[in-house]
Amino acid sequence: MNIFVCVKQVMARDSVIRLDEGATWVRDDGLTFEMNEPDTYALEEALRLKEKHGGEVVAVTAGPARSASTLREALAKGADRGIHIEDDRFVEADTHATASALAAAIGRERHDLILTGLQSDDSGFGQTGVILAERLGLPHATIIMEIDASDSQLRCKRELEAGWFQTVTLPQPALLTIQSGINKVRYATLMGIKRARKKPLQRYTTDELGIEISAQQSVRRLYQPQQAKQTVFLEGGSREVADELLNKLRFEARVL
Amino acid sequence: MSILLVTEQQDGKWHRMSLEALAAAQEAATNLDSPLVAAVVGSGVGQLASELASKRVSEVAVIESPELAQYSPDGFTSALRQAIEQVKPRLVLFPHTYQVRDLVPKLAASLGGCFVSDIVDMRFEDGEPIFVRQLFQGKLHADVSASGAPPHLVSVQSGAYRADAVAEGATPAPIRNLPVSLDAGAVRTQAEPPYQDAKDAVDLGSAPIIVSVGRGIQDPDNIPQAEALAKALGGELAASRPICDNGWLPLERQIGSSGQTVAPNLYLALGISGAIQHVVGMKGAKTIVAINKDAGAPIFEIADYGIVADLFDVVPKLIEALEDSN
Repeated sequence: MNIFVCVKQVMARDSVIRLDEGATWVRDDGLTFEMNEPDTYALEEALRLKEKHGGEVVAVTAGPARSASTLREALAKGADRGIHIEDDRFVEADTHATASALAAAIGRERHDLILTGLQSDDSGFGQTGVILAERLGLPHATIIMEIDASDSQLRCKRELEAGWFQTVTLPQPALLTIQSGINKVRYATLMGIKRARKKPLQRYTTDELGIEISAQQSVRRLYQPQQAKQTVFLEGGSREVADELLNKLRFEARVL
Repeated sequence: MSILLVTEQQDGKWHRMSLEALAAAQEAATNLDSPLVAAVVGSGVGQLASELASKRVSEVAVIESPELAQYSPDGFTSALRQAIEQVKPRLVLFPHTYQVRDLVPKLAASLGGCFVSDIVDMRFEDGEPIFVRQLFQGKLHADVSASGAPPHLVSVQSGAYRADAVAEGATPAPIRNLPVSLDAGAVRTQAEPPYQDAKDAVDLGSAPIIVSVGRGIQDPDNIPQAEALAKALGGELAASRPICDNGWLPLERQIGSSGQTVAPNLYLALGISGAIQHVVGMKGAKTIVAINKDAGAPIFEIADYGIVADLFDVVPKLIEALEDSN
């Protein structure tokens, strides 16, 4: 089974955000970056499917030079090779540009299954996987909780709203977006990290793939959200704060 | 050019977010001075179409076919493409449901247009809409504008607009059938009937008090502390997604877009950052208390009372104070 898994590098979850000069994105300097958490589950699922059915796992990303470290992480965890479509403009690119780049790279190779995370922790469009499927002419299913790939069809458990699920069946090749929590992700071992250095990592420029990065939607301005409510902050020692809170809940909010 | 609203229904019943999206669509139509076409998609949706016609809309469009009785990405993309070609709207609004997340990126890609997903607000400048989206897990908001050829596709976040803000029409709007031709053989994804995993699901929806834990609880061994607080308050224990993903609490105690939606009298969020996926499930609570070490956590934006502190300091004292007062 030739499995491609799309990963994105995003800033670490606990990052302190500072806006860039034009207030259209955040400042990169001084930040640490990590693999988009939903993508870590997609990668883990790809590795498990390979362990079960054989084949190859290829990690693909579209991002600036620094995102190579996220591909190395994927290789250290067990992916066989990496593909890096390198361009600084992917940092602020919309989902259409990213999906088009991924489609151009993956479309050159034989693919039985493509996995992506549900959405990114930065832009949060939640669209890249589905657009990629459409670009490659593949069927897709989203928010997948379980994959059975034991015959030529894929039987998947798809999450619906409010605690409901359904089984969907689709032919291969196909694209699935993976729900976070589908598995327990592995850590890279020292041996894995060592091996990763020797694994192939192919770089493409957008020119080499014959793609243009054009935006269909753009951020005009980023800003701190306005307070939806006037939050009363309670301060002081822990017991003092506890007493004050209970007081407020009993006599002000009247919910106790 | 018109604005098209695509509602969502299941077995002749509205998805609750359909009316919220209608409220958003009415606001857009007024501000952009455009006719509003409200569409119902499915099979046997005549009753819903009449209901929609009583609202303030220019026209109701019925996209009906036996092939649309059940959702499939291929079938619905084909049907909506044909409908959009007939209506030729500038803007197409959807509720941001799971089905929309599955369908609309594909529809947008097949139309070659853009999809601004999960908006929380709209503003209008010089006759153009500006969409407000949440970025970085809700830490920042972004004003987004769509470019390229219309139609621009947009989905509206749960709770961003109020269903009770929907305006009634003075006279019933005309109902038009939009004929679509569908090929059942072109549908590649086969879906089986929906089911629920948990046989005896906890009904968090009826609990007046909910104590909910997030990543800040750090370790499964700390869950009993939160449980003790829930017990002392006479409430139920719940959690955000990562806690249930880790198996620290069962899925049926999960609050958020993939779990339950609740509106208790009191919601006490312990170590919950307030990611969008969680907030949509609890922002209807009457009173929200947030305890979090990170003063910049988005949960404080919707909290009535905030305590910026280590929850492991405050929670034992809250239990102590509750015991003392009883």
